[in-house]
Parts: sequence; structure tokens; C-alpha cells
Amino acid sequence: MKLTINGQSMTFSNRITHVNQLLHELDVKVKTVVVELNRHILSREDHDEAVLKDGDCLEIVHFVGGG
Amino acid sequence: MLTIGKASFTSRLLLGTGKFSDLDIQSQAVEAAETEILTFAVRRLNLEERDKQHFLDMLDLSRYTLLPNTAGATTAVEAIRIAKLAKASGLCDMIKVEVIGDSKTLLPDPFETLKASDKLLEEGFIVLPYISDDVILAKRLQELGVHAVMPGASPIGTGHGLLNPFSLGLIIEQAEVPVIVDAGIRSPGDAAMAMQLGADAVLLNTAVSGAKDPVKMAEAMKLAVRAGRYGFEAGMIPVKRYASASSPTEGMVQA
Repeated sequence: MKLTINGQSMTFSNRITHVNQLLHELDVKVKTVVVELNRHILSREDHDEAVLKDGDCLEIVHFVGGG
Repeated sequence: MLTIGKASFTSRLLLGTGKFSDLDIQSQAVEAAETEILTFAVRRLNLEERDKQHFLDMLDLSRYTLLPNTAGATTAVEAIRIAKLAKASGLCDMIKVEVIGDSKTLLPDPFETLKASDKLLEEGFIVLPYISDDVILAKRLQELGVHAVMPGASPIGTGHGLLNPFSLGLIIEQAEVPVIVDAGIRSPGDAAMAMQLGADAVLLNTAVSGAKDPVKMAEAMKLAVRAGRYGFEAGMIPVKRYASASSPTEGMVQA
């Protein structure tokens, strides 16, 4: 399955079917990330149920230093 | 007490978290500032640096209110998207609306700021717009229902201090919501001056993170904000044209 994450094209095994699995697979260490799936912002609770399909476009953002 | 929306704060110093040289110094500076509100930016996770430690993860979130900004936005639409992303973290409902109108001065776009603030208020955000020192814009935003206005002292990161105390004074005078002087502060004197004018709080970042000793500067800013506020509350004497003696003129020792 091909996904575009933060503008980058990446390939994943078809075992990855949901957003929470993707975050696990990416081994995201940052505690708080927000995921936008095809321009639709997901709440934390949505991560378990949000289904991924080939060609999906995701933005994964977090809080960084800023003023 | 500084009250923004339904939340109240003892500290009147808001601190940005950008451009600190290392996380340890940053933690010490935040501690020294005794701030209760920290600003952050929202950015893409760098997939190549997934192991990198981030300041937010080191924070005791029960001690701080997070004030994410919409920095990077140049339109209301972009600012609204960033604000919604920030809120979806579940960590905050306040947003610093920052819509930049010009890349050289980083001055905020008043029209897009107004538009973004309007929409975000509708969506239930606690809205704190970063604005120029424009008295009428501050009024218009208040009419919309923003929870604070944040006029800049001078352009972001320039360290020019309070370029227009006159306008800031007018904004403060007519304000019905807290006025937080944001951006351009360099010295503890600048911070004290803003508070002396009657500002409710000061937001700064580079003045601390860029200082030779950020921890000491954080401490200095904390004291300056307090000193300026005390001065404002105590009420200053009027300025006079001619001298008036502090010592009694009666009972002078005669020759």
C-alpha cells in the first residue's frame, strides 16, 4: 500500500489497515501527534478506527518550539 | 490575576519555546520565568528524526497552559487549519492567531487575522490574535468576542522594544479584554515599560532564548513584569515641569 505522508511517498505492508497501526509501524516516539487523513483532521479517539487505503494522503503534525 | 476566557493565571509572563539552544537550558529558563502559559508552533513531524527528543514531551502538562500559534499561516484559511490541528491534540483550546502579511517584517495581516478570529470564535476556540499596534483593529476584534488582544511592541525578534507606547497606551485604555504585549521585547526594561503602561501581560521568546544566559534573562523578565505591574497598580506620580522639594522647607537650620 502506498501512502503519502507529510509530502513523502512511502510503501507499507497490507497488514497496516488503520492509523494507529501506521503510527506504531512508523515508531513515532513523540507522545502527542495529530493526524490529518485526506485533509480530514482526526481526533485521538479516531486513530483506532480510521481505515487506510492505497493512495491516502496523511499529514502528521506535532508541537514544536515557537513563539 | 490574569484571566483569559475562563482560565486564571498568577503569572503575567507568557513565554515562547522557540530557538532555545538545548532542552536543558530551556527547561531551566521556563522554570526561572515562573510562567504558566507556553507558546508552541504546529509543524510536520520530521520522519527522518523520529527519535529526537521534544520539549513538549518533557513538560509536566498539569503545570502549564499551552498556547499554540498559527505561525506560518499567511491566510485565514491556513490559520484556521493549523488551529484545528492544534486543538485536535486534545491538549488545549486556546490559539494565538498569527497570520503574517509580509515576510520581511513579519507584520500581521489585519484583514486575515480578523477573518480567522471570527471563524475560530464560532468554532469555540479561546482566541488570542497577534496584531499590530492598531487601536481600531483591537476594538473590532473585541467586538467579535476575542479573549485577549496581543499587539506587538515592535516586529518579531527585532528587539526594538516599545516603538509606539502611545498606541499601545490607547489600546490598553479602550480594552475590555486582557492586552498582552507580544513581540519585539529585548530588555527587562521593555517588559517593565509594557506592564507600567497597563498591559495585562507580556509574551516574549527571543529575548530569553537568544540571551547569552537565557536562564538569568528568564528570571530578569519575571521580575521586570512583576515590577512593571506593581508600578502600574501603585499609581505613578504626575510628571511636572518644575522641581518640588521632597524635604520640608520649614524648620531649616539657620546660620
